[in-house]
Amino acid sequence: MSHIIKVSGLGKTYKSGFTALRDVNLDIQKGEIFALLGPNGAGKTTLISIICGISSPTSGQVTAHGFDIVKDYRLARSKIGLVPQELSTDAFESVWATVNFSRGLFGKAPNPEYIEQLLRQLSLWDKKNAQMRELSGGMKRRVMIAKALSHEPEILFLDEPTAGVDVELRRDMWEMVRGLREHGVTIILTTHYIEEAEEMADRIGVIRQGEILLVEEKQALMDKLGSKQLNLHLTSPLTEIPAALAEFNLQSELEGSFLRYSYDSRQNGDSVARLFRILSEQGIGIRDLNSSESSLEEIFVSLVHEETAK
Amino acid sequence: MNIYGIRAIYYFEMARTMRTLMQSIVSPVLSTSLYFIVFGTAIGSRMGTIDGVGYGAFIIPGLVMLALLSQSISNASFGIFFPKFSGTIYEVLSAPVSPLEIVLGYVGAAATKSVVLGILILITARVFVDYSIEHPVWMMAFLILTSITFSLFGFIIGIWADDFQKLQVIPLMVITPLTFLGGAFYSISMLPEPWQTLTLFNPVVYLISGFRWAFYGVADVNIAVSLGMTMVFLLTCMAAIWWIFRTGYRIRT
Ligand SMILES: Nc1ncnc2c1ncn2[C@@H]1O[C@H](COP(=O)(O)OP(=O)(O)OP(=O)(O)O)[C@@H](O)[C@H]1O
Ligand SMILES: [Mg+2]
Repeated sequence: MSHIIKVSGLGKTYKSGFTALRDVNLDIQKGEIFALLGPNGAGKTTLISIICGISSPTSGQVTAHGFDIVKDYRLARSKIGLVPQELSTDAFESVWATVNFSRGLFGKAPNPEYIEQLLRQLSLWDKKNAQMRELSGGMKRRVMIAKALSHEPEILFLDEPTAGVDVELRRDMWEMVRGLREHGVTIILTTHYIEEAEEMADRIGVIRQGEILLVEEKQALMDKLGSKQLNLHLTSPLTEIPAALAEFNLQSELEGSFLRYSYDSRQNGDSVARLFRILSEQGIGIRDLNSSESSLEEIFVSLVHEETAK
Repeated sequence: MNIYGIRAIYYFEMARTMRTLMQSIVSPVLSTSLYFIVFGTAIGSRMGTIDGVGYGAFIIPGLVMLALLSQSISNASFGIFFPKFSGTIYEVLSAPVSPLEIVLGYVGAAATKSVVLGILILITARVFVDYSIEHPVWMMAFLILTSITFSLFGFIIGIWADDFQKLQVIPLMVITPLTFLGGAFYSISMLPEPWQTLTLFNPVVYLISGFRWAFYGVADVNIAVSLGMTMVFLLTCMAAIWWIFRTGYRIRT
């Protein structure tokens, strides 16, 4: 697969002496949606800022489209759009002016038809003459997206695009991001809503304290780290769990009328079948059962904690 | 060259000026006109001539300079300081624009505004005071050079400043006194020694003297020296900006 962004050995130490990134290596594939997850202060914004040219790297190298972001910044940046985490806008500018400003800044000839289409798509057309200060937070966020897309970028960075955005708009945004991907735009997003990454991403990277902990296909990650639960509702409650079932480490709840078996889907083998066999040997009747998989969020939390414990 | 990028910044800045027309154009024209009324017509008529020029007319070049310097600096410094302050600078930093293009956009707009302002003040002055311009081409040359130079200087201050106070301290504490003491209201030949010699260390003297020469053909210092000094200021500011961008000083974290 061809990578569109290549980050190698990237390090960033702020003037304060704080090291926000250490030896970050990351390849972004062309056309994918990449979700960068990590707790507050992990270095997500710092990483994005460096790739986009807002801060300078202390060490290492980044290329976009094969162009070095420092030496060939003009070529590297012209195809990149950024929606920053902070909503900073020119309060007195109109929506129309500010979006066209962005397009010009990125060296593109005016194209009012394209900008109109963009604003319509983001439901901003009826606000085109409004000043930025007259907009709600969610609207401002959309204007920021319009600005980032104004020069028809091939790579789009979304730094927490759905923070403070209502559910409906979030769904719309996901739609839009998928639409962009269909048009071949590569998208890198950060988010604290794991469901968002779960819903959208092709690949997921986890960063913590300036280090990339893992990069994995979303599905592979969920398969690999995903544990499953088998929930059993019993016909009659157990006062205690029979010794024959000890190996399964069952959790009992609801005064013994409910049993939960947690197992690793990687190495489940025939343990479920064995569990059922022993249950029937013990004469334990099952009224109902269901199973559940751990979500990305649980994976994420356990991963971050595991690493912290080290 | 990212021409669209330069244009975007330039028009953005000009639009800001138009939005704040009262503060950025009308108020400096009005406050400068007050000097013409007070010194030009009211007091000036009771004062003698300096170097053969009536007092009201004599102070015009200096007053225009005062407005040019302070407005160039405040406009250019605010133009770059505010995006830094509000965070919108991220977009310029992430765009494929070179430092030169950024400077052309911001400083070009600030200098344009100063030139327009200077011309408006001169037109207004004509209402109160009768004056003539002996070397109109040189007058425009000094007007434009000074506007560019001090817009560059303002741009540097805007980058250096990290709070509003720093933004104002240099124009208020340095430029205004230097202009008042730089011969805006008198000829430095009227000063006793050692002040006459000390004054020559005030860079604004050269600007005002050269500008006045373009109007009336009289000058405190040789016109070639004035022009030379103006060029030196211009080149110094350019070099400083080149250094700032080369080192990323206070622009990128
Ligand atoms: N300009 C700066 N100077 C010094 N330290 C900084 C600066 N900007 C960020 N940091 C530090 O770098 C670390 C990473 O910050 P960053 O904004 O990249 O985190 P993040 O992963 O985006 O977090 P969040 O999820 O809260 O947005 C933090 O500890 C932060 O305090
Ligand atoms: Mg962040």
